[in-house]
Amino acid sequence: MKLTGAQILMKVLKEEGVDTIFGYPGGAVIDLYDELVKTDIRHILVRHEQGAVHAADAYSRASGKVGTCLVTSGPGATNTVTGIASAYMDSIPIVVITGQVPSHLIGNDAFQEVDIVGITRPCTKHNYLVQSADELARVVREAFYIARSGRPGPVLVDIPKDVMNNLATYKVPKNIRLRSYNPTYNPNMKQLHKVIEMVKMARRPMIFAGGGVILSGAHRELTAFARKARIPVTTSLMGLGAFPASDPLWLGMIGMHGTYRSNMSTAACDLMIGIGVRFDDRVTGKTDTFAAQAKIIHIDIDPTSIRKNVPVSIPVVGDCKTTLTHLNELLADADLGNLDEKRSGWLHQIEGWKNKARLAYDQNGAIKPQFVLEKLYELTRGKAIITTEVGQNQMWTAQYYHIEEPGQFITSGGLGVMGFGLPAAIGAQVAKPDDLVVCVAGDGSIQMNIQEMATAMQYNLPVKIVILNNGYLGMVRQWQELFYEKRYACTQMDHAPDFVKLAEAFGARGFRATKPAEVAQVISEGLSAEGPVIMEFVVEKEECVYPMVPAGAPITEMLLV
Amino acid sequence: MTEEKHVLSILVENQPGVLSRISGLFSGRGFNIESLCVAATIDPNVSRLTIVTKANQPIVEQIKKQLNKLINVIKVHELTGSKYVHREMALIKVHAKKDNRAEILRIVDIFRCKVVDVGPEHYTVEVTGDEGKMEAILSLLKPLGIKEIAKTGTIALFREPK
Ligand SMILES: Cc1ncc(C[n+]2csc(CCOP(=O)(O)OP(=O)(O)O)c2C)c(N)n1
Repeated sequence: MKLTGAQILMKVLKEEGVDTIFGYPGGAVIDLYDELVKTDIRHILVRHEQGAVHAADAYSRASGKVGTCLVTSGPGATNTVTGIASAYMDSIPIVVITGQVPSHLIGNDAFQEVDIVGITRPCTKHNYLVQSADELARVVREAFYIARSGRPGPVLVDIPKDVMNNLATYKVPKNIRLRSYNPTYNPNMKQLHKVIEMVKMARRPMIFAGGGVILSGAHRELTAFARKARIPVTTSLMGLGAFPASDPLWLGMIGMHGTYRSNMSTAACDLMIGIGVRFDDRVTGKTDTFAAQAKIIHIDIDPTSIRKNVPVSIPVVGDCKTTLTHLNELLADADLGNLDEKRSGWLHQIEGWKNKARLAYDQNGAIKPQFVLEKLYELTRGKAIITTEVGQNQMWTAQYYHIEEPGQFITSGGLGVMGFGLPAAIGAQVAKPDDLVVCVAGDGSIQMNIQEMATAMQYNLPVKIVILNNGYLGMVRQWQELFYEKRYACTQMDHAPDFVKLAEAFGARGFRATKPAEVAQVISEGLSAEGPVIMEFVVEKEECVYPMVPAGAPITEMLLV
Repeated sequence: MTEEKHVLSILVENQPGVLSRISGLFSGRGFNIESLCVAATIDPNVSRLTIVTKANQPIVEQIKKQLNKLINVIKVHELTGSKYVHREMALIKVHAKKDNRAEILRIVDIFRCKVVDVGPEHYTVEVTGDEGKMEAILSLLKPLGIKEIAKTGTIALFREPK
């Protein structure tokens, strides 16, 4: 039996287990939408295509599935680019389906035509322009396979209008095999024996884990490994949740706004085990001073991240979970001697650093943003799924909301996109309807995709938005304060909407705290109110995020307060 | 670290957009391309690209890994350092007046190349060879007056063990 391209697409999506699509219709995809509503796939109509991609991104992170978007050609497609680039930098598996003008018009500057495959080539893991209805099923299957396998990432499928309407026989290969694409999951065992030897020899080892641990679902394996080998653990921003923040071996986050103990450990360690990280410049600072005394072991599924930024003694190409599973087996058989004794000096030194410079602030006068986050942590008992916008709000959240589990902290790490937090909260809430989802935002960022409040209302997604209103583009203002002699060039945002009234205008509840004494009250009320909620906290205007490593400096040179 | 020339031979799926993926990878990541040649192989579904790049060792490693990461790239070989045959080709249009026609033909003969087009005022000469040969013939023809030149980049293949 022959089916139309649109019917074929829906069939493949169902087979791929898609139950939710974030999207926005238009002329080029009207046929796809016409078929979509005949299925039981849930469609979330966002208010801006960028929101659709961020939501799909967060949906993927919260559910572990591939996130899916559907948008129209031209402007619909270009609006997805920021979201795609963010998912690419953070290695999040999503499939973005874009409509395209009919094949015979491609290249003619037709109405709403854009070369989206060309535009997104550098920021997708792979992309396709579908040539005919006959290949549609295979291409879409491949897209999902590529998105979720190996180092995950976004894949875009551009479908011309005629392909959606043409008839073809539904024929799809059971197993996708691409001769030019074979990710390495199994690490080289010889290398792993060397890793164990180095773990045994090391006096001052540390683990530096990243988003790759979360993506491969290696949280438990990592925790077991660190505990058994008695190695303290730090993570990148993307790695928060890869290791429980309540564990005594937890060092806190590393990098530009990392903890003192974590950054100091990098200078003193003699072995650093990087797992699912890419040694980003926001982490390493000046690279030739980073972990300068240490041998570096680097475990990653993507060979290109190994030796890209730092020299590596033992490269291990493989999936984090598979690799850590093997390492745990080898560790169980290894004679580790008295590890507690061996590590005690090192762990003691770290404890000293912890006591010397804890994360701290003074809550007096105006509301300190850190205080809001501490209260939020307390009142949610650390159980919420947290999404963030970008800037100081993001960093304070990373520092003060202690993350226990993977999928619990959702942020645009690599690209750092303002406007991510609210649509991400929507995506996470769709994936986890019974969980408490909180978006922590700055007054600047929240205005970038505030229109998604309407989406939250339409689908009754009870996301709770915490706005830390400092009247500035705070993080940029902080740089201006510290490195530009307080010349606050264009970072004052004097005119924000009345966020409480804005919430009400969307039909949601709004709360505001202007004094420290009101903070706990507002959070409690906001969290227990039904439906979407905005909680605005008018905070100390010129508060800075500390510690801070100036860009390009060694990460041990921290400004502490 | 010193930069050296590296010859990469890359098999890719012969599909639209593959070349721009590869050239985009080089420009987007700041890698350098000295020359690039591409055409289908005996299997029409597969093309071979020969890229000559100048880079230090760590960068060349990155280039190879990044190329391998592209979904449509089947295989990346580095030929540098192993035994391989490599050729360039040029078409050189030289001014051929009465008094230098014989001279040009002598050079063509010595270099074992071919005249592929003749006119009252010009010869077009086809040369293949390695870079050295190209430079040599060009330096001889230049004084006689080169009108135009079209050159390929390097193409290369492994030498089979004898
Ligand atoms: C789309 C986008 N534009 C610009 C920036 C640059 N930027 C980074 S942080 C920041 C300030 C954010 O201000 P706000 O949202 O109020 O948060 P705060 O830092 O005050 O918590 C800016 C402008 C960005 N990251 N993303």
